[in-house]
Amino acid sequence: MVSSVTSLGRSGLSDWLVQRVSALVMTAYIFFMVGYFVINPSPSFEQWQALHGSLAMRIFSLLTILSIAAHAWIGMWCVLTDYITVRLIGPKATPIRMFLQLAMIALILLYVVWAIDILWGI
Amino acid sequence: MRILESYLKSYFIVKTKRPVNLDIGTIKLPITSYVSILHRVSGVVLFLAVALMLWVLDMSLASKQSFQSLKECLSSPIAQFVIWAALAALAYHVVAGIRHLIMDLGVGEDSFETGRRSAWLVVVVAVAVIISLAGWIFLW
Repeated sequence: MVSSVTSLGRSGLSDWLVQRVSALVMTAYIFFMVGYFVINPSPSFEQWQALHGSLAMRIFSLLTILSIAAHAWIGMWCVLTDYITVRLIGPKATPIRMFLQLAMIALILLYVVWAIDILWGI
Repeated sequence: MRILESYLKSYFIVKTKRPVNLDIGTIKLPITSYVSILHRVSGVVLFLAVALMLWVLDMSLASKQSFQSLKECLSSPIAQFVIWAALAALAYHVVAGIRHLIMDLGVGEDSFETGRRSAWLVVVVAVAVIISLAGWIFLW
């Protein structure tokens, strides 16, 4: 449990569940989008805007970007704590990993704010 | 005390006899390992590709002009290739992820052989989806 302070749920079991719930939300969004483009391969701007301007779609998209945020946080945490280690890359691993983890969190927050800005700016 | 002593002795004996070489670079890996490693690699790629997807979403919704300029941009072969590469990473990641979800339900995790077969199935399905994506993006 030493390095779990930077994990999302501070517990492996919690992260495990969040990873799966967020995966289901994103998969549903992907299948919805594929279905939309199968039915309407080349939507006009008006159709596309009407779709994303509806409250239901805004909520669906918001849930998806929040799922992306949680899923990426957990996944990137796993990758960084597995490979950017003292054993694999030497004594500078810890400051490098801390920097990468903070950069990752900053990018995730940027994504969420950007997505909200797009969706509520329609 | 004697129990503790024998426990400690066995502990240290086990410790010293542990294999120290688990360098995966020197071990021949099964297909399940490659499917797992590629799941991680595609995940890291996708984390960065979210910026591209949000940019596309932003351009498509900001105004009628930006919608049109996005359409023009996406007609260039380089842009199409970038979109295809991002969607290919997404397709692979989702297919490999669905394998995980099915295994979490207790299906297909009974033996290494079923794991190996489902890993190959991931490769086959992902390749099929990625080829269809190429057809859709480049020929449409």
